[in-house]
Amino acid sequence: MPEESNQDIKAIVFQLNEEEFAISVKQVGSIERMQHITRVPQTAEFVKGVINLRGVVTPIIDLRKRFGLEASEFTESTRMIIVYMEDMEVGLIVDAAYDVIDIPKGAVEPAPEVVGTVDVDYIEGVAKLDSRLLILLNMNNVLSYEEVKALKTVEG
Amino acid sequence: METNEYLEVFIEESKEHIQSLNDHLLELEKNPSDLSMVNEIFRSAHTLKGMSATMGYQDLANLTHKMENVLDAVRNNKLAVNTEILDVVLEAVDQLEEMVLDIASGGEGSKDVELLVEQLDAIENGEEIPAATKKVDDSQEEVSHSSAVNLASTLDEFERTVLLESKEQGFHNLELSISLREDCLLKAARVYMVFEILEQSGEVIKSSPTVQELEDENFDLSFTVLLVTKEDPQEIEKKVMKVSEVDKVQADLFTPGQPTKNGGDEPAPASNGSQTAVAEAPVKKEADKKASANKAPVNNKTIRVNIDRLDALMNLFEELVIDRGRLEQIADSLKHNELQETVERMTRISGDLQNIILNMRMVPIDQVFNRFPRMVRQLAKDLGKQINLEIEGAETELDRTVIDEIGDPLVHLIRNALDHGVEQPDIREQKGKPREGSLKLYAYHSGNHVFIEISDDGAGINRDKVINKAISNGVITSEQSETLTEKQVFQLIMESGFSTADKISDVSGRGVGLDVVKNTIESLGGNITIDSKLDQGSVFSIQLPLTLSIISVMLVEIEEEKYAVPLSSIIETAVIKKSNIMSAHNKKVIDFRGRVVPLINLKDVFEVPGDNEEDDYYSIVIIRKGDKMAGLIVDSFIGQQEVVLKSLGNYLTDVFAISGATILGDGQVALIIDSNSLIM
Repeated sequence: MPEESNQDIKAIVFQLNEEEFAISVKQVGSIERMQHITRVPQTAEFVKGVINLRGVVTPIIDLRKRFGLEASEFTESTRMIIVYMEDMEVGLIVDAAYDVIDIPKGAVEPAPEVVGTVDVDYIEGVAKLDSRLLILLNMNNVLSYEEVKALKTVEG
Repeated sequence: METNEYLEVFIEESKEHIQSLNDHLLELEKNPSDLSMVNEIFRSAHTLKGMSATMGYQDLANLTHKMENVLDAVRNNKLAVNTEILDVVLEAVDQLEEMVLDIASGGEGSKDVELLVEQLDAIENGEEIPAATKKVDDSQEEVSHSSAVNLASTLDEFERTVLLESKEQGFHNLELSISLREDCLLKAARVYMVFEILEQSGEVIKSSPTVQELEDENFDLSFTVLLVTKEDPQEIEKKVMKVSEVDKVQADLFTPGQPTKNGGDEPAPASNGSQTAVAEAPVKKEADKKASANKAPVNNKTIRVNIDRLDALMNLFEELVIDRGRLEQIADSLKHNELQETVERMTRISGDLQNIILNMRMVPIDQVFNRFPRMVRQLAKDLGKQINLEIEGAETELDRTVIDEIGDPLVHLIRNALDHGVEQPDIREQKGKPREGSLKLYAYHSGNHVFIEISDDGAGINRDKVINKAISNGVITSEQSETLTEKQVFQLIMESGFSTADKISDVSGRGVGLDVVKNTIESLGGNITIDSKLDQGSVFSIQLPLTLSIISVMLVEIEEEKYAVPLSSIIETAVIKKSNIMSAHNKKVIDFRGRVVPLINLKDVFEVPGDNEEDDYYSIVIIRKGDKMAGLIVDSFIGQQEVVLKSLGNYLTDVFAISGATILGDGQVALIIDSNSLIM
């Protein structure tokens, strides 16, 4: 992330399928506990539905589905991370969200060719902190509209 | 000058005045002898001039000023109204509007208005319209001449005579020196007030700087006025001092000297007289205008509120409606008497509040209709057709958001009616119709909807032509065409890529119009139908919801999920025995009051998870779109409720058969079914 050189990146760390991911705090609006989600028919598979977020109808994405991971039951630690993207507001379901950490600029490395099973295009880089490995997400690509639309047409 | 805070008011009011100019000018054209109309026009023009001068918009003020002069001549029976004059005046109004719009969008409001000014001058002087360059130069020279400081020395012969005569008749000639306070913000406004007072006590003969310059704020802090009055100098001083921000007034008696012989410097006496009249005119008119304005009865007391504030109020109220729903639910489950009573009371009050807030957002559709007379006049001219436009129900009120959206579609339909509907006068005569075509705009309320009809007595829609075109465009097949009803055929012209006009004109007929109209109207939750008889005319009727943000819905349940169906599209609900369901073309249908109604199983459409246990009875919501009906199979009805329409956000767009979402009393989100897209 050359544009943020000399500076640490403040990021929210969350867990998904035993791996740790990070999103810049700048994009995160809030972290919510699970609540009733209203399913929206005929949308992409990973769109879980919509919730009432303090009066605003907010779409929720199941990140496990989005990343092609196997589904799991929601637990006490399951959280929704509400992210703001341009003019959109979307919630992401993750296994757990616990930390805000500073990632030193130097610790970030470009995405390796293959990381787990996740497609590389929504990974911005990988940060090594002590023994932890954090995957930095590019939210634009996670929500990638084209892909959503493509999926919609395939389904519809 | 710090005029920003006034800018908004200025723009709003200017728009209103321009609109009223337009309206009245058109009235005047129909009724050229109606001088009261001229007075109305004059009043608007005058106020506009005053305001623009105060705000420092020179060109705007200049043009209105000239326009005013012409109107004044008309008013005083010096000029007869004719189409040429009106054309020029209307053109001037158009320019004014452009300038105001320019100002509104942050511009300077400056524009080259010389040609129009010339034309207006020419009209005023009773000359042929185009050639009038000389006069302009003359009067401009005059203005620069009179900016000299010493008033007495600038008096021309005519003024001197007036002063001498008035003195003989027992009037005082006063020379008033008036200074404004240094911190005076609206100098021109103060000057205006001073003049108003002076005009009440006597007649202003001359001022230095000139009235024009004073209005434009082209002066320092003090100015001098020559006044002819019967009142005491001290009285006048006192009166003028009452105007706020006036620092000092001094009134001196003044005797004009004998006419000087420097006629060489001055323009020839004949034109001299008329020019003075021009220079004096604004002052006089100010007095006239004020007098009549004072007489006007004070009607409704209104305040201007920024629409954003109303939107904010609406949003807050929407939150309240959601909480109200929740309270109702809690009260119901607790069965606590007092709580239930209180909640009921609150529900009633918030119901009233809702009505008031919704009403506040309602504006008469006149706001959209009022620009049509102008447009129709111009279009008719361009097309060489004669049109009589009738507007009915302009007072019908609609939500502001609907009003904002409905303008363009209406413009399109009107253009369409004029271009393709109404025939050329000659052709109309051959068909045995009056040469003048008629176009009717009709708006009315009915239930929760507003209907707008646009009807013409033109050529109507040629059914065969539409069908041929539709077949050649591949919109339908020839087999399909045989089974279509009249209305279905007419609906075809609103499909995209369809234009039946033989020749494409500037006005309409590019084939991208009516489908856009249809889409806009449907996106507003309305619909449009067409009725037409060949050679007798067409009627386009638009149905629109009264408001967009709070709607009445029927809540239904499908398995564990709740959906809301807008009440406006529901005809009724029914419970049907399974054995009454028939099958046609592999589709389930029912016989509903003598009509075959297709059934749609929402469980399938929305892929609701759950096992398909079969019941002996089906709960059915019968919905309609235009003439077509369909029955939605649901699991159970929950009941009717007022809900707040919310969008699904920018991430989820174009979800099939869902028009939005709402938040229910228990805080959950329910999806609102778009019944229009369920009926094909």
